[in-house]
Amino acid sequence: MDTQSKKDIYDQLQKEILLLQGIKPQSEGAATIKGLGPILSAFPNAVFPSAAIHEFIIDSREQAAASGGFIAGLLAALMQHSGIAMWISVSRQLFPSALKPFGLEPDRMIFADLKREKEVLWTMEEALKCDGLNAVIAEVQQISFKQSRRLQLAVEQSRVTGIILRNQTEKLSATASNARWKISPLPTVPEQGMPGLGFPRWQVELLKVRNGNPGSWQVEWAADEFYTLPIQKQVSALHAEQRKTEQRKTG
Amino acid sequence: MSDWIVIRRPELLNTRFVFATQDHGRKLITALSAETEKYGIRTGTTVADAKAIVADLEVFDDKPERAEKLLKAIGNWCIRFSPIVAVDLPDGLILDVSGCTHLWGDEQDYLREIHTRLRDKGYHIQLAMADTIGTAWALSHFAKHPTVMESGQQLHALLSLPAAALRLEAGTLQRLQKLGLNQISSFINMPRSVLRRRFGEELLLRLSQALGIEEESIIPIQVIPPYQERLPSLEPIRTAKGIEIAIQLLLEQLCKRLKEEGIGLRNARLTSYRIDGRIITTDIGTNRPSHHIHHLFKLFELKIQSIEPALGIDLFVMEATKVEPISPEQEVLWAGDLGLNNQGLTELLDRLTVKLGNDVIHRYLPAEHYWPERSLRIAASIHEKAASGWRSDRPRPTQLLRHPEPVEVTAPIPDYPPMLFRYKGNVHHIKKADGPERIEREWWLEHGEHRDYYQVEDEDGQRYWIFRSGHYQGEKGSRWFIHGYFA
Repeated sequence: MDTQSKKDIYDQLQKEILLLQGIKPQSEGAATIKGLGPILSAFPNAVFPSAAIHEFIIDSREQAAASGGFIAGLLAALMQHSGIAMWISVSRQLFPSALKPFGLEPDRMIFADLKREKEVLWTMEEALKCDGLNAVIAEVQQISFKQSRRLQLAVEQSRVTGIILRNQTEKLSATASNARWKISPLPTVPEQGMPGLGFPRWQVELLKVRNGNPGSWQVEWAADEFYTLPIQKQVSALHAEQRKTEQRKTG
Repeated sequence: MSDWIVIRRPELLNTRFVFATQDHGRKLITALSAETEKYGIRTGTTVADAKAIVADLEVFDDKPERAEKLLKAIGNWCIRFSPIVAVDLPDGLILDVSGCTHLWGDEQDYLREIHTRLRDKGYHIQLAMADTIGTAWALSHFAKHPTVMESGQQLHALLSLPAAALRLEAGTLQRLQKLGLNQISSFINMPRSVLRRRFGEELLLRLSQALGIEEESIIPIQVIPPYQERLPSLEPIRTAKGIEIAIQLLLEQLCKRLKEEGIGLRNARLTSYRIDGRIITTDIGTNRPSHHIHHLFKLFELKIQSIEPALGIDLFVMEATKVEPISPEQEVLWAGDLGLNNQGLTELLDRLTVKLGNDVIHRYLPAEHYWPERSLRIAASIHEKAASGWRSDRPRPTQLLRHPEPVEVTAPIPDYPPMLFRYKGNVHHIKKADGPERIEREWWLEHGEHRDYYQVEDEDGQRYWIFRSGHYQGEKGSRWFIHGYFA
C-alpha cells in the first residue's frame, strides 16, 4: 500500500516537473497513433508531441524512402483525413502517389520545390507560423542550433508539427528539436507460405527525446496501421531470418 | 446643332437659319436648319452665297467646339443606354452596346427607345446598329431607316451604299467618283494591291474596319476608372519606413474601395516615381482575390528591399491590375476549418510565391495514366479536387528517381528478377521479389519498349523498384533499370 502511494507521488511529482518545464498534458483531441503505443511511451506523458520539431536522420536513399513511408503514416494519423501538410525541398524525390498506401491523400500535401538551399529554412519558418497547416516537412542539409530554436518558437505559437529531414549526417550539430529519429528498412516477413514481399518493416530508433527515454523498436505497416512488434518476436523474427539465410547459404 | 437652338428657342422651328463661323475672311456655314436645307444650301457654303438664295436667312455665330460640347453632353446622357459611349466628330456618337440591348427587350426595341427619347427632346437622329463601327457609321449615315444589321452581314450591308459611307477623305472620294466608282459594290472586289496603288492605304483600312477584319477602338467619354490610387509626397521619400507608410496608406485607400464593391485583387502593381526620373514597378499576386490590407501589405513588405529610392521617391501609384469578385464572408464560414480554403494558408502561399517565384508551389492530382512519370498532374489551382480517386492497389515507391538509371545485373531469368544487381558500385543480392507488373507505353503518346517492374528486397531488407525494358532477350540482351525506393 505504502509503495503504491509512493509511486503515485512520484508520478504526480514527475507531471508537475513536466508542467514547470512547459510540457502541458495534451488536451483532448490530441491524436493518438494506433499501433505505436510502445514508442509513444518514450515521450513525456506518453503522448506524441505534435506541436514540436522532430528530426529524422537520413544516411541513404533507402532510409529516405523508409522515413517517407513512416512519416506519411504518422501524418495520416495526426491529420485524420483533414488538414494540409507542406513538403519543402530543393531536389525532391518523394513520389506523391506513394503517400496513399500510408493513408495520406497526396492532394492534401502541398509541395514547395525550391531552387536554393538557403531558402528552405526561411520557407519552413514561414510555413510553421501558419496555423492553416497541420505539418511542415523540410529536407534540410544543415541547421544550426539558433535556426532550430527559431523553428521551435514558431511551432510553440502555432501548434504545427515540424519535421526536419537531415541529409548531411557527417557532423550532426545539436538542435533544439524535441526528438531525433532514424528509420531504416528491415527485411519483410511474408505471410506463411506466401512468395514475394511482406508488409513494409522498419527499425525505428529514437536517438534523442527531450524529457523522454530513447529506444529502438521494430515497426511494421500492416493493413493501414502501424504495428510495433513485441521485443521477443523481434528477436525471434530476426533469428528466423538469419536461420533462413544461413540455410540458403548452406543449401 | 440646329436642333439644339430650336429646343432653346422654339420660335425658330420651321424657320430658315444657319450657324456660321469666320474662315479666312469669309463666313462658312457649319450647321443649318432643315428648312434652309430645302434651298440647296449645304454646310461649307459661304454665308454670302446662302443669303443670295434665301434673303431672310438668320445667321448665328458658331462658337468653336460648341458642337463637340453638345455631342459630349448628349453622350453623357446616353450612358443610361450603354456604359461605353464615344464622341465621333463632327456629328456622331458611338455606343458599344454589347450586352446592353436585352435590358430593353431586343435590339429593335433598344434602337426605338433611343430614337424616341431623343426625338421627344427635339433632336433628329439617324441610328444604326452593326457588328463594326465602320458599318454602323455607314448605315446610320446612308440607310433610309434605323437598321439593325444581322451579325456577320457587313459585306452584304455595305454593297449598295455609296463610297462616302466608308468615312473616306475628300480627295480619295473625288478620285473614286472620277473613275465612276460610286458604290462600294463597284470596287470592293478589286484586288487589294490595285486599290492600294490607286487610292492609298486609307481606303483599305476603312474597308477592313467596316468588314471587321481590322480592330477599331474608341475612346469612351467616361472612362471606367481603374483601381488606382496615387500618393504624391512633398518631401522625396528615401527610407524603407517611408515606403512602408506609403504602401500602407495606398492599400488602405484601395482596399476600402475594393471592399465597397465586393471585389478583391489578384494582381497589384506599385509604381514608384523617383525624382531622377526612373520608375520602379513592383508586382504582387495572390492565389485568391483579397482586400485584406494586412495580408497585401505583407506581400509588398517582402519586396520593399527591391525598391531602390536613390535620391528619393516623390510619387507612389498603386494599381489593382486584376480584380475578381469575392464571395462575402467566406472567411468567417471557413475560419475553423483546417482545409485548403483556410485564409491563413492561402496567404502563406501568396507570400511564398511572391518571395520565391511562381513555379515553386505544387500540388498534385492523379492523372489517368499507368506510366509512372505521367501518373500525376499538377493541380491548376489550390482548390481543384481530384476527378478520380488515388489508387493504392499497385505498389509505388516512396522515392522515385527522376529518370530511371541503368543497373548491371547477373543471371537474369525470364519472368523473374535477376539474382543480383549492381548500382553505384554496390551489389545488392535479391532475396525476395514481387512482380512483374507490366506497364505498356502509351502508344498514342510515344513509342518504345514496355517495362516489366519488379519490387525487390536485398539481403539488408532494402527495397527497390527495378524494371526490365522490353521482353526477355537472353543473358546479355535485356536492359535493366532502377526507378525507385520503397519504404
